[in-house]
Amino acid sequence: MPESRRLSAGSAIGRLALIAAVVACAAAAFAYTGGWLSPERLTPDKLVDAFTPPGGAPPLGHRRNHAKGICFIGMFEANGAGSELSRAEVFARGQYPALGRFNLATTDPNAPDATVRVRGLGLMIRTPDGQEWRMAMIDPPFFPVATPQAFYELLLASASKDPNAMAAFASAHPEFAKFGAWAKSAPWTGSYAEERFNSLNSFILVDNSGAEHAVRWSLLPAAQPVGVAPEELAKRGPDFLEQEIAERIRGGPLRWTMLVTMANPGDPTADPSQPWPEDRRTVEVGTLIVQQIEAERDGPCRDINFDPAVLPSGIRTSDDPFPAARSSAYAKSYDRRTAEAADYPRTAPEASQ
Amino acid sequence: MNGSPRFTLLQRLLHWLMAICILAMLFIGVGMVSTVEPKYLVLVSVHKPLGMVILILALIRLVVRLRRHAPPLPVDLPEPLKLAAHLSHYALYALMIAMPLIGWGMLSSAAYPVKLWDGVYLPSILPQSDALHTALWNAHFYLAFLFYVVILMHVAAALFHAFIRRDGVFEAMGPALTRNEVAPAE
Repeated sequence: MPESRRLSAGSAIGRLALIAAVVACAAAAFAYTGGWLSPERLTPDKLVDAFTPPGGAPPLGHRRNHAKGICFIGMFEANGAGSELSRAEVFARGQYPALGRFNLATTDPNAPDATVRVRGLGLMIRTPDGQEWRMAMIDPPFFPVATPQAFYELLLASASKDPNAMAAFASAHPEFAKFGAWAKSAPWTGSYAEERFNSLNSFILVDNSGAEHAVRWSLLPAAQPVGVAPEELAKRGPDFLEQEIAERIRGGPLRWTMLVTMANPGDPTADPSQPWPEDRRTVEVGTLIVQQIEAERDGPCRDINFDPAVLPSGIRTSDDPFPAARSSAYAKSYDRRTAEAADYPRTAPEASQ
Repeated sequence: MNGSPRFTLLQRLLHWLMAICILAMLFIGVGMVSTVEPKYLVLVSVHKPLGMVILILALIRLVVRLRRHAPPLPVDLPEPLKLAAHLSHYALYALMIAMPLIGWGMLSSAAYPVKLWDGVYLPSILPQSDALHTALWNAHFYLAFLFYVVILMHVAAALFHAFIRRDGVFEAMGPALTRNEVAPAE
């Protein structure tokens, strides 16, 4: 090294320390961004972990929630009325292939059907423009809590060994009482085909002019709901819902009307625990036609994450924080269950593709 | 600037543009997988198109590098450091090109639509497969940390050349313009 460039020992040590400090700061910034310095941050791992109570075994290879279900294929028949609200091709008059899954809001893939209060429907509709609309709906008319953080706290409270945990949660989250009342009083039915499924979350439809419309949507069953006492359902066997829907479809396709409900200015779009008033404008946009029931195991919906943030152009998320939280947590659940594929009770090993 | 050899202006532009993109990409990636807040969707929606920008820039840069080469390292640089310099550059090029492809494959193997922006999608490059998705997810996750470690070593080495050896290696890729770049020939 030429004489002119040589540093004194002290100066070199100072400069080395500066380099070390730059690297250390960069590493710390990365760690901060990744949440390792923020143990209070609600991460998708924590949210997904909360579905498995401490000491409990997660259902390896299965969805971490809504673990029990049965698949279907069919189509969505758009009547064209939705085109007024959204430029998405799925609302243009026509028939589009649909894939879905009736499911139960339980972490146990073997839970007896009569033990699960909340029923759901996951749906994926594909349109010829190559876009997809995925959604996951449930049958209560509103969500139990107002925020993802509150939902996490609900999971912790329900898994807690502290006998006062649920009471403490309920008093901190007054909106939860409404859900409790629904769970107690709403009639049970004996069939997925008699359930109304609701998006609960609000989304924004964007029309051809670029105007935006805050909406929620529901699938209204064509079948007349018949209330059945839960004690009666308990006698029907652990998988009666799956057996009933497979049996019912032999009589012909099953139908639900998709009803889009439009928010008035000021309606609580960010809070799915608050239903909108009954008088809001609704638009029937089409019909879900379930044509064929497919097995859950190795069925066509097993490999699909019904991520409610997978939306076509013309539908986007609103200020409702849940679709982002669900998307993040659903992806984590998918990552885990695919990594546990060896533990999934496949019926056809060669069908792993 | 005196006559010590430098990377060409195009190479330096590509380097600094990609430095910004890749650092942003790594921070977006590590941030988005640690949150369930609404910014999760925003970060994911930036991560995917930015990954494709990096892939395209990396391929352009590879061609430019193969045609324009790199200025020679100082003759008095110890052999182990020369080896480290060469290996780290191979690692950086490999990661710049592999990471976007792994991410693309990872989404494809999970049957997710690979959305770049509203209405614009990349084709699926793999069939749905639990085993592929798991392997690619692990690769994407752990290689991201390796990428950041290699970048930190790269920064430390650059600063070592700039502050301690002062041998012109930093200036070869440094952001300053040489005289003829500041004032083009009249």
